[in-house]
Amino acid sequence: MSAAIASIRQGRNTLRGLVPSWTWMLFFLVLAILFPFATGSGSFLDACIQTLAYVIMALGLNIVVGFAGLLDLGYVAFYAIGAFVIGWFGSQQFPDVNGGKGIHILVSDRSTFQPKLSGGKLDIAGIHINFFFVIFIAMAITALWGVLLGAPTLRLRGDYLAIVTLAFGEIVPRIFENSTSGLFGIGSTDFSHGRQGITPIDTINLPWSKDILYTDANLKPAYWVALGMVLFTIFVNRRLRDSRMGRAWIAVREDEVAAASMGVNLVRTKLWAYAMGAAFGGFAGVFLGTYTNTVNVDQFEFGQSVFILAMVIVGGMGNIWGVIVGAIALSMMNRYGLPQLNDLSEPLGFDVTAISFGIFGFFLLIMMVLRPEGLIPSGRRRLELHESEIEGPEDTGAVGDMSQMYEVRK
Amino acid sequence: MEAASITETASAPPPARKAGDVLNAYALPLLLFGALVAQFIYEPTATLDNVKTGLSNGMVWALIALGYTLVYGIVELINFAHGEVFMIGAFVSLSLWQTFGVTDQTSLVLIVVSIIVFLACSMFASASLNVLIERAAYRPLRNAPKLAPLITAIGMSFILQNVGLLWRPTPDQVPDLIGSHAKYFTIFDVDVLHSDVFAVVITVPLLMGLLWFVNNTKHGKAMRATAQDPDAARLMGIDVDRTISLTFLLGGAMAGAAGLIYALYNLTVRFNMGFTAGLIAFTAAVMGGIGNLKGAVIGGLIIGVIQAISDGGNFLGLRLGEAWTPAVVFGILILVMVFRPQGLFGEETREG
Repeated sequence: MSAAIASIRQGRNTLRGLVPSWTWMLFFLVLAILFPFATGSGSFLDACIQTLAYVIMALGLNIVVGFAGLLDLGYVAFYAIGAFVIGWFGSQQFPDVNGGKGIHILVSDRSTFQPKLSGGKLDIAGIHINFFFVIFIAMAITALWGVLLGAPTLRLRGDYLAIVTLAFGEIVPRIFENSTSGLFGIGSTDFSHGRQGITPIDTINLPWSKDILYTDANLKPAYWVALGMVLFTIFVNRRLRDSRMGRAWIAVREDEVAAASMGVNLVRTKLWAYAMGAAFGGFAGVFLGTYTNTVNVDQFEFGQSVFILAMVIVGGMGNIWGVIVGAIALSMMNRYGLPQLNDLSEPLGFDVTAISFGIFGFFLLIMMVLRPEGLIPSGRRRLELHESEIEGPEDTGAVGDMSQMYEVRK
Repeated sequence: MEAASITETASAPPPARKAGDVLNAYALPLLLFGALVAQFIYEPTATLDNVKTGLSNGMVWALIALGYTLVYGIVELINFAHGEVFMIGAFVSLSLWQTFGVTDQTSLVLIVVSIIVFLACSMFASASLNVLIERAAYRPLRNAPKLAPLITAIGMSFILQNVGLLWRPTPDQVPDLIGSHAKYFTIFDVDVLHSDVFAVVITVPLLMGLLWFVNNTKHGKAMRATAQDPDAARLMGIDVDRTISLTFLLGGAMAGAAGLIYALYNLTVRFNMGFTAGLIAFTAAVMGGIGNLKGAVIGGLIIGVIQAISDGGNFLGLRLGEAWTPAVVFGILILVMVFRPQGLFGEETREG
């Protein structure tokens, strides 16, 4: 039996030798790019696009939680900030700007749903900046907020850190929600329209594209933009993980004191983790803001933070591919798996879809008890979480030796 | 004070204090007190009224905060599901009143009896639930890294919240058994309502009883010993698992009582009331120094007052109001966590 496995392993290894690993990457990449031609622009592609956005968020959170080991329960705050940045810089939210004429930077009538005047000028109030610029603005702003949140929490660890981030995640949406006429009664600018949210939001504007992107009939361009964003995120994540900073993150995660005494600058390391994680939260937030065409505080609940955290945990903390698998699995389950359970509603006598977060909670619980390292764990994490079990067999082995000795003597 | 703490360090010499430390130790309480005084000068009567509301409302937070502080003191775990235990307690008491048909039309004697009996029932229900949670979700992970039980706690909280959702999908009215909003007496132009008196009358004996239990009984001693050092406690012949169960039992009972009081105080219950209440109470526990029982009570009262003043809508000219209150409370939570993680009253914890 074991010989057979060994021969299979050997065969696999020779196969690996023949085909370089990058060809597999290329294969999957081409598959991913051609994917929308197979599905067509339907609700399935829509689900895939939202899943891609969740992949970005999960990878961002993975930097903070998986690499640096800083538990963040308020990640939704960065999603909110990113979404509101596109809400402000890509809608008619501030009608009085520039004397009511608005500010337009590299946007066309295609993305703002407004006819162009004869002089080639857009006639629409508010700030309108091209999506690809807003991405960088949002990433900069969220990274800054990540640092602002991170700086005072550097002393904290474990649970306390989790609670502070949770509180931050609760405060940010409240601030957006309540800033309908200035902040605390100072000023009178409406930042958010309260619970109604900001809508409509400009679509993505590609210079070479003639159509309005992602109408329901044509979701493909939005898919490719999202795919591009995911690839960028994966690339940055991989480079970060293998960088000097990435190794410092892992060192800090394993043992803060030891890392510090080896010369790792704790402050810098942790703040970078927060900044990078937050930036990707904002990155995804900008995309989801424009894609769903609305920014509403109801989207930014604690449940969202936990949903994204669950992706990281279920997939396997610290492992980029594991996190991607976790994000796809949970996001798709949320979209398709839970509605399937609706059939159970009749016999059980209640609406199963209403308790989706309860089901996620149950998954988290089972996952933590049975397989805390996630579906595709990073090797290091697995060792860490099964330390006691690794010690276990050694102990029983020792007992076995003793009993053998005993038998020999007998 | 020392005896009331369950994470006290038995014979550690008092560390030498520098001027900066003293300033740091008193800065936050002074700041809070100063803000209160300023607000009092700004709006005397409204502030007194808010303080009264805050103190009685704070009683509920204090009861919930005790559950957090007890559990954190002994297993160093934030029991995220605790807020939901409180919610279930409120649901149980409301269901009992509904089942037995107790309304505000029922005779006074029956109402009083029903409150006392159902208080015991909801305390028992919440306590058993809390013990069950510990058995199912936390005990299997006792030796796992700290992250694992924290995540199961969140999972548990979601599960219970959805149980509450299935139980009562919409906000439910509670029969106004005590005439909550009726005036009991007036002092300094402040109307003290039935609900205020009710909260104090139920809470104070419970708090005293819990403090007495932890400080004076053998089981309480076992709890304090386990909080200090579980391994040493085990060596001394203390059944650590049972002591931890007992801690969850006591915390759950307090949450159940808080649930009943909250139901009669606010006259409406809903499935997601536990999450916010839990966070507020946790803030109170941290404020008092987590692991410190009296601190949790005082923290609960302080948070109650802060909340009432924020609800009042005008803090020194800043326009606040109920929509801002969660943000205000969580902002204070962050401030306390960052500047005084050991709590306002300077109790050192193992977390540090």
